[in-house]
Amino acid sequence: MDLKFSDAEPSAEERDAIDRRLGGPGEGGWHGGARDEQDHRRAHTGRLGTRSRRHLVMEALHAVNDRVGWISPGALNHIGKRLSVSPADVYSVATFYALFSTNPRPKRIVHVCTDIACMARGSQAVCDSLEERLGPAGVASGWKHSPCLGLCERAPAALAVEAGDPPREHLIGAAGEDEIVMALNAGPAALAAEAPPVMAVPQAGQAGLMLLRRIGRVDPESIDDYLASEGYVGLRRAIEMGPAQVISEVKQSRLMGRGGAAFPAGIKWESTAKQPATPRYLVCNADESEPGTFKDRALLEGDPFALIESMTIAGYAIGAERGYIYLRGEYPRAYRMLSNAIGRARERGFLGADILGTGWSYDLEIRRGAGAYICGEETAIFNSIEGYRGEPRSKPPFPFEAGLFGKPTVVNNVETLCNVPLIMQIGAGQYAKIGTEGSTGPKLFCVSGNLVRPGVYEVPFGATLAEILELAGGITPGRKLQAVLLGGAAGVFVRADELDIPLTFEGVRANNATLGSGVVLALDDSVDLPAVLLRIARFFRDESCGQCVPCRVGTVRQEEALLRLLRNRHDRAAAQGDVGLLRDVGLVMKDSSICGLGQAAWNAVESAIDRLGILEANK
Amino acid sequence: MHVFGAGGGTSSYREIEDADLIVFWGSNAREAHPIFFHHALKAINKGAKVYAVDPRRSKTAEWADTWLGLDVGTDIALAYGIGREIIHAGLVNEAFVANASSGFDEYFAACERWTLEATSRETGVPAHLIRELAHDYAKAGRAQLCWTLGITEHHNGTDNVRALCNLALLTGQVGRWGAGLVPIRGQNNVQGGGDMGAIPKNLPGFQDVGNPDHRAKFERMWGVPLPAKYGLTLSEMMEAMDEGHLTSVYIIGENPVQSDADTTAVARRLRGLDHLVVQDIFLTKTATFADVVLPSAAAWCESEGTFTNSERRVQRVRKALDAPGTAKDDIEIIRLIAQRLGHVWPIQTAEDIWDELRALSPAHHGMTYRVLEERGGVQWPFPDEDGPESPFLHGRLWEGDPEKRGRRAPFGIAEHRLPVDKLDDAFPLRLTTGRRLTDYNTGVQSGGFNSPIRLGACVDLSPEDMARLGINEGEVVKVSSRRGSVLAPARRDPGLRPGLLFMACNFPDEMDTNALTIEANDPISKTAEFKATAVRVEKSNEALPEEDGIADFIDRERRNGAFVAAQEEG
Repeated sequence: MDLKFSDAEPSAEERDAIDRRLGGPGEGGWHGGARDEQDHRRAHTGRLGTRSRRHLVMEALHAVNDRVGWISPGALNHIGKRLSVSPADVYSVATFYALFSTNPRPKRIVHVCTDIACMARGSQAVCDSLEERLGPAGVASGWKHSPCLGLCERAPAALAVEAGDPPREHLIGAAGEDEIVMALNAGPAALAAEAPPVMAVPQAGQAGLMLLRRIGRVDPESIDDYLASEGYVGLRRAIEMGPAQVISEVKQSRLMGRGGAAFPAGIKWESTAKQPATPRYLVCNADESEPGTFKDRALLEGDPFALIESMTIAGYAIGAERGYIYLRGEYPRAYRMLSNAIGRARERGFLGADILGTGWSYDLEIRRGAGAYICGEETAIFNSIEGYRGEPRSKPPFPFEAGLFGKPTVVNNVETLCNVPLIMQIGAGQYAKIGTEGSTGPKLFCVSGNLVRPGVYEVPFGATLAEILELAGGITPGRKLQAVLLGGAAGVFVRADELDIPLTFEGVRANNATLGSGVVLALDDSVDLPAVLLRIARFFRDESCGQCVPCRVGTVRQEEALLRLLRNRHDRAAAQGDVGLLRDVGLVMKDSSICGLGQAAWNAVESAIDRLGILEANK
Repeated sequence: MHVFGAGGGTSSYREIEDADLIVFWGSNAREAHPIFFHHALKAINKGAKVYAVDPRRSKTAEWADTWLGLDVGTDIALAYGIGREIIHAGLVNEAFVANASSGFDEYFAACERWTLEATSRETGVPAHLIRELAHDYAKAGRAQLCWTLGITEHHNGTDNVRALCNLALLTGQVGRWGAGLVPIRGQNNVQGGGDMGAIPKNLPGFQDVGNPDHRAKFERMWGVPLPAKYGLTLSEMMEAMDEGHLTSVYIIGENPVQSDADTTAVARRLRGLDHLVVQDIFLTKTATFADVVLPSAAAWCESEGTFTNSERRVQRVRKALDAPGTAKDDIEIIRLIAQRLGHVWPIQTAEDIWDELRALSPAHHGMTYRVLEERGGVQWPFPDEDGPESPFLHGRLWEGDPEKRGRRAPFGIAEHRLPVDKLDDAFPLRLTTGRRLTDYNTGVQSGGFNSPIRLGACVDLSPEDMARLGINEGEVVKVSSRRGSVLAPARRDPGLRPGLLFMACNFPDEMDTNALTIEANDPISKTAEFKATAVRVEKSNEALPEEDGIADFIDRERRNGAFVAAQEEG
C-alpha cells in the first residue's frame, strides 16, 4: 500500500481512543508513536484476509467518533498508520456513514426521527418547535433530522448522543421538544431512564408466545434467568443431533428468512456447509434499518441470549469458526445487552474453546454499523465488516461461496435465527405445523402508526392484516384508516378495503404486496400521504450508496418528479408526463440496479399511484 | 548465468501472479518497475505474502507484509543467515539438493558461522525476522525471489546474485511454475541487448566468443574470421581510456556522462579521446562531447525490429512514424559506416537480419516473424517453429532422469565483504541511490514531461539526521563524497534510518548524483557500486545552480550551431 500521510496529528484524546480499540500503541513510529531503533529495521503492513487489520477501520472510526464527536484529519491519519490504510481510504469510509462526521461538531447531538412512523405521530410539530427554540437543524444548533431510528412504537423518536469516555447514548420516545432541548443542554444523563424493553411488546407475558416468550419475564442481563427459562436447551439438542442433522431439521422446518427476502434458511446453511473452503463465517444481520421496523430491537434488548444461542447453533451446523453480529449503530441499548450476553456466555463456556465438550471452538463479535440503510444488504454487510464503504457486491459469487473475507458465509436476520432454538426444541415436524403450508412458524410484526397500541406482535403465520390491526387496538378512535404500508419503505401501500389480505408469504404475493421485514404501518386520515411519499423518495435518494447509476440517478429523478407532481397538482398534462417518467425510472431501477435498494426504491411510489391513486392529476 | 547456464529471469511475469510468497530483495519495483509490479499486485490481491529486503522502507516495502531493513552491502551475510536457518530447521529440499545441485557441503560449511545472532549483528535485521523469512521462503508452495540493482550495483554484485541463487537451490524454489529467481530488468530491451551479443564475451544467443565451435558458425555465415579475444566491458573501456590505449569510441544509445559512477572522471576521459562518435535519438550530455553525432531513429516507433523483455519474451516492434529530419535507422547508419570503411553490405530489412540471427542462435531458431506475430511474442528458448514455449527456465532440474536433468546447478560460495567506500569521520554517512516512479534513468526520455508527483532533485534524509544536523525540509545542503560534491534540497523520509541517505539518479542536470558515487566495479559484471557511497552532509548557503534542463541545453547548443552541424553531417 502506498501510504501518503498529511502532517495532521491526532489529539491525545483521539490517539488514546484509537489505540485503546486497536490494542496498545502499536509499532512505534510506523504507527504514529515515537520512532525508535526498531523502526529503523522492520515494519509490518498486513493487508489481506486474516493478516490484515483493515477490518478494524470502522471500529477505530467509532472509537474516535464516540470519544470526540467527530473525526479530524489527524485521527484519520492515525487510523491509517495503525492499520496500513491510506488516510484517503479511511476518509472514504468515514464519509460513507451518516453517524460519523469528518467536520467539527459539538459533543452533544440529537438525531430527531422524521421518518414515516414518526411523521404519522407528530414529528413535524416537534421539528417546528425545535427550529423555533434552537434554530434550523444542523451542526450549529446540535439537532439533526434522521431516518427511522427503529423506535416506531414510541414515535416520535429521537436519539441523543454525547461523545466522551464513555459516550452516552439515549433513545428518547415519545420525544418532546423539552426532552430534546434538555439532552442538548444537560446531556443525555439528565434524561429520565429509557423505557424498559418490555414496553415494545404489548403481548408480553401472554401464554402461547414463542419468540417473545421471555420478554418482560426474564432479566435480559442474566444468563441464569435465561438458563432457567429453557435457555440453551436448543443448543444441547443440536449437539446431540450433530451438524448434518441440525441442517436437515432446519430444512424440514421450512424456515424462511425474516429479513425481507424470504429465502429458505436451511438451503443457505446446507450450501455453505458443503463448501470446502474454510474458515466459514456466520453473520447475523441486525442492521434493522427498514423504516418502520423494530422487531429485532425488541428481541435484542429483551432476550439477547436467545440470539447468542441461535447463532451458536447456526455456527455449529455450518462449521463456522466465528460469528459476527452486524448491529445498527442507532441501537445503543441492544449493543450493551448483546455485549453483556456474549461476555456471560463466554464465562459459562457457551462460547470460546471446546463448547460443551464438543471440541468445537467458536466466538461471536459485534460490529456496529454507523447509519447506513444499505448495510442491511447482505453483501454490503461484508464490506462494512471488512472496513470498507458499505457498497453491495455483485452476485454471483453468492455469500455461500464467497462472502465475508471471501469465505463461505451464512447471513441470517435476527428473527430468522431466533426461530432456530425453537425448531431444535420442538422438532421440525411440530414447527412446520405452525402457520400455513407456505409460511411456517411464528412471525413478528412491527405494528406502528396511528394505532392504539403500537408494538411488536407475534402471531402464527396466517393472520390477516385486519386481525393484526385489531391486536394493536385498532385505529386511533375518531379517525379513519387511510392506508397501510406493508413491508416498510421498500414495501407497498394497501388500501383500507384490502385488510383481508392474509399476512403470509404466499398471501401477500397473491395480492401483489410484500411482507418485507414485517412492517405494518397504519396511516389514518390525518396523515399527508403525498408528504409520506416524498419522505420515502428522499430516504432512498439519501441512502443510495451511489455505486450503480440506475439507483444513484434514478432515486434523484424519482424525488424530483414527485416534488414537481405535488407542486403542480392542477397541471394535468405535466402531471401525466411526470407519472410516466416515474414509471420509466422505476422500471429501470428495478431491472438494472445492483441490489435490492434500487430494485425496491420505486415499490411504494408505484403502489401509491396504482393502488391508492393519490398522484392522479385530478386529485 | 554461471549457476544455471543461461542469463535471464527464470520465471514469466504471469507466474508471479500465482506465487504464494514474493521476496523483493534490493528492489523497489513499485517505483522502478511499475508494470512488473502490477503482476505482483495480482498475487498480493490473491493473498500472496510479501517480504521486502531493503535498507530503505521504500514504496515497495510499504506493500510488503514485512520489511527487513538491512545495512547497505550486507546482503550476502543475510542470505547466509537465511540459508543456515533453513538448514538447521530441517527445511532443505533434500531431494532437489541431491539431484539437481552440487557443492552443498561447501555451502553448508560456509553458512555455519552465520547464526541468527551473528547475521543480525552484521546486517542489523532483527533475528526473529530473519528466521521468519527463512521459514516462509522454505515452506512456501511457490516463492518468487525478485531483485534488481540493490543487489547488482555493488562491487560484489555477482556474488550477491549467487548468494540469492543458493537460497532457491536449497529449497527448490526454481524451475517450477510460480517458483523462480527474477532479476527484474530496468529497460525494455536490456535482455535483448545481452541476448544479441552486446556482452563482451558473447556472440548472439549466449554463445561464447572464446569457443571455437561457436565462433566457426559465425565465421561461416559472415565469411570473415572473428577475433577470439573477449571485448572490453564498459568499465574496462574506462580504464583503457585512462591508460591511453583506447582513443576512439563509438557510443550508441548510452549516456555515460550522466549514468556512470564518478561522472567527473567519465567526462575527463571522453574529453581526452582522439575521436568520439555518439549515435542517439536525443542530444544527450554525452553527445555534447562528441566529434560526430549521428541522429538515429527511435527504436520503439520509428524503426522495425524486436525487443526482448525480462521474461525472455521476444516481441515485434513496428515502425509507426518516419524519423524526423535526417535521422536514420540504426541498421542503415551502420551499413553506411561500413560502406565508408570500404565494405559493401547489402541493404537488409530488420526481418532479414532477424533470420540471420535465427540461423545462428538455436534459442531463437523457431521464432520467425510469422510466429512472433501470431503468438504476440515468444519466450526463448524456442528452437523449433512448432515447439512449445518455455514459460520458466530450468524445469530440467526436476527431471527424474539424470540424462534429461543435465548439468547440476552449483552452490556459489561467496565471501561477505562490505562496500568499498568505507565510512569514516570525514564521510560518516551512507548514501544509496535509486530511481523514482516519475522518471526514467538519466531523464533523457522522461524529463520533458511534467508530473504532478515528481519530487525532482533532492537528497532524502532520515528525520533523526535532519534533526541532528539542524536541517529543515527544502533547505539546500551540500553532499560530499571522496570524489565530488553536489548541492540539493533536503527532503525528510521516515523510510530512512539515521546514517542512511538516498538520492535519485534521475535528475543529473540539476543534481549530479553520480559525481559522488564510486567506480568500484564488480569483477565479473563490471557494474559499479552505485548503491554504497560514503558521504557527509553540510548545511549550505550556496544557491542551487540554475536549472540546466535538457531543453535549455539543446537551445544553447543550437545557438552555438553545434547541434545543427551534427545533424547535417549525419
